[in-house]
Amino acid sequence: MRIWRTWTLALLALTLGALGPLAAGDASAQDKPRSGGELIFVVPSEPPSYDAHQEETFGVIHPMAPHYSTLLRVDPFDKTGTKPVGDLAESWTISKDGLTYTFKLRQGVKFHDGSLMTSKDVKASYDKIIFPPAGVKSLRKSTYQGVEAVEAPDPSTIRFRLKWPEASLLLNLASPWNWIYKADILAKDMQWYAKNVMGTGPFKFVEHVKGSHWVGKKNPDYWDKGKPYLDGYRAIFISSSSAQVAAVRGERAMIQFRSFSPPERDSLVQALGPKITVQESSWDCVLMVAMNHEKKPFDDKRVRRALSLALDRYEGSKALSKITFVKDVAGVQVPGTPYATPPEELAKLAGYGRDINANRAEAKRLLREGGVPEGFSFTFRNRGIPHPYEPLGIWLIDQWRQIGLSVKQEIIEASAYHPMLKRGDFEVAMDFQCGFIVEPDLDLGRFLSTSDANYGRHKDTVIDELYLKQARATDLEERKRYVRAFEKRLLDEEAHVMYTLQWNRIIPHSSRVKGFTITPSHYLNNQLDTVWLSE
Amino acid sequence: MAINPPADVAADLGPAEARHRWVAAALDFCRRRSLGAVGAVVVVVMILMALSATALAPYDPLAVDFGSMLSAPSAQHWLGTDSFGRDVLSRLIYGSRTALLVGFGAAFLGSTVGAILGVGSAYFGGRVDLYLQRVMDVFLSFPLIILALAIVAILGNSLQNVTMAIMVPMIPRCALVIRSSGLAIREMPYVDAARAAGFGHARIILRHMLPNVMAPFLIMLTAFLGQAILLEASLSFLGLGVQEPTASWGLMLRGAAVEFAETAPWMAIFPGLAISLAVFAFSLFGDSLRDALDPKLRSL
Repeated sequence: MRIWRTWTLALLALTLGALGPLAAGDASAQDKPRSGGELIFVVPSEPPSYDAHQEETFGVIHPMAPHYSTLLRVDPFDKTGTKPVGDLAESWTISKDGLTYTFKLRQGVKFHDGSLMTSKDVKASYDKIIFPPAGVKSLRKSTYQGVEAVEAPDPSTIRFRLKWPEASLLLNLASPWNWIYKADILAKDMQWYAKNVMGTGPFKFVEHVKGSHWVGKKNPDYWDKGKPYLDGYRAIFISSSSAQVAAVRGERAMIQFRSFSPPERDSLVQALGPKITVQESSWDCVLMVAMNHEKKPFDDKRVRRALSLALDRYEGSKALSKITFVKDVAGVQVPGTPYATPPEELAKLAGYGRDINANRAEAKRLLREGGVPEGFSFTFRNRGIPHPYEPLGIWLIDQWRQIGLSVKQEIIEASAYHPMLKRGDFEVAMDFQCGFIVEPDLDLGRFLSTSDANYGRHKDTVIDELYLKQARATDLEERKRYVRAFEKRLLDEEAHVMYTLQWNRIIPHSSRVKGFTITPSHYLNNQLDTVWLSE
Repeated sequence: MAINPPADVAADLGPAEARHRWVAAALDFCRRRSLGAVGAVVVVVMILMALSATALAPYDPLAVDFGSMLSAPSAQHWLGTDSFGRDVLSRLIYGSRTALLVGFGAAFLGSTVGAILGVGSAYFGGRVDLYLQRVMDVFLSFPLIILALAIVAILGNSLQNVTMAIMVPMIPRCALVIRSSGLAIREMPYVDAARAAGFGHARIILRHMLPNVMAPFLIMLTAFLGQAILLEASLSFLGLGVQEPTASWGLMLRGAAVEFAETAPWMAIFPGLAISLAVFAFSLFGDSLRDALDPKLRSL
């Protein structure tokens, strides 16, 4: 009996050994991009306008990014989403003093109307973003405060001159929002792109039927020969998350590029088995709690610290990650990225200690000291979006109950939420941040005393100084020190805001979809030039 | 519609005799309208449950317990737990408070205001009746849920506002029915007699007309109760009613209850059953009450 088993195993090993190369060959054939097919994906939101320079929703990026190119882009195969590579730029040099960035542009890149793209178009687009004329909205101009001028010395060269060296400039130029528009069109009408589409991207615009779908077709003149692989794509707009899941489950859509929740992922995997591939990544999005410094008792840092100390972030992370897309306990930077605070150091901040009983005892003491009575009641305003706002809202209220606070939740409809935050019409409210790249300059600017996004309305010159110091530091270690000092001031010493849990991106997609790599941002990798469909 | 003799007649009875008449009427109702009696029992149980929620609920309905999240029904948690580990039974018991508070509040206020407007409209007639009825027609042109949604969208979604949003669409519906009864009562000799005796409008309306539209009023009230509970659950399900973490049946049906419908069906089944049972009970009771109070249907 024993000898038979040995022989059988040996035979099996030989067979597998012989079939191995064949199987590997088959796999490599499967990994070779294949041309053709239409990618169908779900977009949970619709574009308010067509101009990405003045918009901030993925509802613009997901259906429209395939029509455009940017000067730089984030490497579509880099899972960390932090490596800039050229898109329209072929190469670049940085002067020794760090004040001049010179980019050489690709030759022969054509707009969808057949005209050639030159540095004049890049300059016009960046002038619109950085120095918009009166009446033209540019949401990201504040992140280019260090740029003195954009110059086009010749048709294939574009130059950025800075007022001071900025470590983040290259990454900032890889912004997926900075679509390159045609200069002649902008010269005639700065608002033309709010209602029209015309870029140099891998797909040409076909149609947009509001409330239904967006269609793009392959651009045969795309500069990267052989790409795109797809014949076209169709984005279907579905706001209900259960209908989105049903679309993927029924194989009417292949992917949704934002995220699904853990139970939605599980139901898709259970229903479709090997037909579904799941990609997950930490997500450069976080929900914060803004406490209005102009309303008592939240003007008292002891009260704000107490609210943060009440949160059992570690237990919350374990449990909430099963029901919604949050996961890591994090400070002001996504865990695992260059400027993120290591866990042991993070545990020294208010509300990040592992002894929750000690934290809550301290919270109660601070509340007593701050004159806040047991059972003190306040209203917490939350955004009317199911994930992850609703579960986090329930969790926060429960955590605050445990230090003797009585909190009523008020849900504000999503479109009315930002105006409410801007008016300061709240005591304590959920705030959120999503970035396209993990970079302190981009992530921390909102906490400056003068920022429009400083919804808690704190005035803190120390925060402002630390921000400038980290922004101008060119040495990695020096910059890290300033970012940590900023974080300690923001979350611990003054507790101006409190961070909840880092989001976790979950993309279950049809196994036929290849060439898409998940990154920590749902604003990245949406040009679709690398995406292809297997048989 | 039933037109009862002046309510003053009942006041002529002694307290013991009046009590005896009530008990006899209740027993007669149970005997002749057994389905209605079942509905009444469910309603009474619901009211008792809401009143003694603190004593009955095995757990704090707001207490999050991640150690027991999504537990199936068991000896510890009879109806299981939700995605936050909150006890479903305790939330159902406390949810009955929200349902009845909003249900009774909206139905009682809506019916009362509707009855006053209906009787007033019938009594004064002429231009008052004309203008009031046109206003009622405007409100009646909106479906119940649409009008409630619009009101809650304008006012915001607190418990009081939800009650108000459900109450407003009920006013014209009740006013219309009460007005038709009021028009008949207005012509009764005892109303003429009261007028001839020099009584004021308020006295005639409140003392002689309103008590005599009690039967349609009670019928409308019981019918509205079920509708109000259903409407509160619908608004909460849509995220426009009361907000988490308050226990509410409609709220228990949304969000995670949908996402976990396959793996934790108890999260949706029990609140769904509670809503159905409550609405069914109020409908049974209301229908039987209508039959009992309507002389045309008494012999059926």
